[in-house]
Amino acid sequence: MNIVVLVKQVPDTESPRKLKSDDSTLDRAAADGVINELDEYAIEEALKIKEAHGGEVTVLTMGPAKATDSIRKALAMGADKAVHLVDDGLAGSDALQTSYAIQQALGRTGFDIVILGSESTDARTGVLAAMLSERLGVPQITLANKVEIDGSAIKAQRVTDYGYDRVEATLPAVVSVVEKINEPRYPSFKGIMAAKKKPVETLGLGDAGIDAAQVGLANAATEVVDFADAPARAQGQIVTDEGDGGAKIAEFLASKKFV
Amino acid sequence: MDVLRVDDRLTDEERLVRDTVRGFVAERIAPHLAGWFEDGTFPARELAPELGELGLLGMHLRGHGCAGTSAVAYGVACRELEAADSGLRSFVSVQGSLAMAAIHKYGSEEQKREWLPRMAAGEAIGCFGLTEPDRGSDPGDMRTHARRDGTDWVLNGAKMWITNGSVADVAVVWARTDDGIRGFLVPAGTPGFTASDIHRKLSLRASVTSELVLDDVRLPADAMLPDVKGLKGPLGCLSEARYGILWGAVGAGRSCYEAAVDYARTREQFGKPIGAFQLTQEKLAWMEVALGQAGLTALHIGRLKDEGTVTPQQVSFGKLANVRAAIDVARQARTILGANGITLEYPVIRHMNNLESVLTYEGTQEVHLLTLGKAITGLDAFR
Repeated sequence: MNIVVLVKQVPDTESPRKLKSDDSTLDRAAADGVINELDEYAIEEALKIKEAHGGEVTVLTMGPAKATDSIRKALAMGADKAVHLVDDGLAGSDALQTSYAIQQALGRTGFDIVILGSESTDARTGVLAAMLSERLGVPQITLANKVEIDGSAIKAQRVTDYGYDRVEATLPAVVSVVEKINEPRYPSFKGIMAAKKKPVETLGLGDAGIDAAQVGLANAATEVVDFADAPARAQGQIVTDEGDGGAKIAEFLASKKFV
Repeated sequence: MDVLRVDDRLTDEERLVRDTVRGFVAERIAPHLAGWFEDGTFPARELAPELGELGLLGMHLRGHGCAGTSAVAYGVACRELEAADSGLRSFVSVQGSLAMAAIHKYGSEEQKREWLPRMAAGEAIGCFGLTEPDRGSDPGDMRTHARRDGTDWVLNGAKMWITNGSVADVAVVWARTDDGIRGFLVPAGTPGFTASDIHRKLSLRASVTSELVLDDVRLPADAMLPDVKGLKGPLGCLSEARYGILWGAVGAGRSCYEAAVDYARTREQFGKPIGAFQLTQEKLAWMEVALGQAGLTALHIGRLKDEGTVTPQQVSFGKLANVRAAIDVARQARTILGANGITLEYPVIRHMNNLESVLTYEGTQEVHLLTLGKAITGLDAFR
């Protein structure tokens, strides 16, 4: 089983995040980079599939040089090797372009399953799985909270507003996961030591067969035209209980349509 | 806040170790610590396999199921463990740097095969019996002795202040013989060997501390650690453990500092946050300086250790300086938190009380001062 897990490095949600004033792209230098949280669940699921069915887990990351930290962690958790797509020409790419670049990189790795988190904590577009499956011409299983492989069939439970759907597809397929799917492992120290020796292939645009005219900020299909800081959280409303606290709570909940 | 950004000098691997321990501690340990401290318990048996799975136990040793990380990675792990509690770091120090290191350095192949993989996995716990009820700083004057009886050894004596004592599966016990001081592996349950816990502690409450009694404990010849003789055996292990402490203290101090910074920003008096008062800022600035210096000291000594050139005097320097710094930071933090600082709602008084033990165990402040004094003057003040 050739399992490719897409790992994005994002700014740590614990630290202040901001866009750059000159080109409205993410200021990656301003915050520590960490693995996008949902991608950790994707890594864990990839490792579980490998443990149950054999094969190899390849980490595929598109991002600047400092994303190697995140690649290292994924390898320490147990992935076998990594491909790092890194090129200045990719900076500022939007989701459409990213899906193209990853499609090209996947052409080199091949895959039976591409697995990724259902969205990233920075851009939060949540569209990569869909775009990628369209480009690759393979089924997409999104928002999975349970995945089973049975021969060349993949069965999954996808989270919906009303509960879940049970869906099935034939491999190869693209699967995006939600945080209910598993509990990501910590990298063990033996894993950390072993990760140093695992192969990381670095690809530029040319290596991956990516047309420079189709990626990067200048060629993006979408543009950030303006941005503003989120408004500061307003002071909560304090209600004093004068024997009518229960009624006031019920009134509040009703006004917000919770009851 | 970390003005010097000392951690920028860590390697990727060391940072990954840091983040892993930090994440594990925050999720699995930190929520329980105040409760364990208050109850005077430490669930060593339950935690050991989890610590083992991460690879924390004997992490800097090579082979036999150990991860074989750098000394700096081990130090960073100690720092993150002790940021939670000195008792947690003590557990890991005693298991890895004292018990496992003794077997790793001085044990036979059979002893290593029997104990190290299980200890690395946290399936077996070890303790280290050197200090005695009446012999602390002067272990060379120990009373515990082992005499030959045929090919067997028979041990008598008592060991005191032994971390992990009553939960250990194996005790590394140092005893006087006709042939100098030797180390012995005493499995729990050996007839005549008992461990009882020391209660009524007001420090390291989230840590098991015991007294070991050896009453005609009969051991086979192969229970002795073959590869060391004399006081340099246990002292070699202590130097390892002290190395972990000089990192750990930075973590304990940092925890207190972070609590103080957070409190100073949010606690209002006289209509503004107390962090806006100059006296509070002075305290915080000194704490930042102390911790930055301690962090640099730890990293420097760690790099020397990885190069293989570190000396016992340098380790003494680090233990002395960093524990002192951590205690000062803890006390300053306590004053910023006011009355809240004495409760278990905040980590400060817990660390402060713990650090009182850290100040004297693994070589008291006085012994380390005299070690440095001897290095400076060439004159030995404690013989």
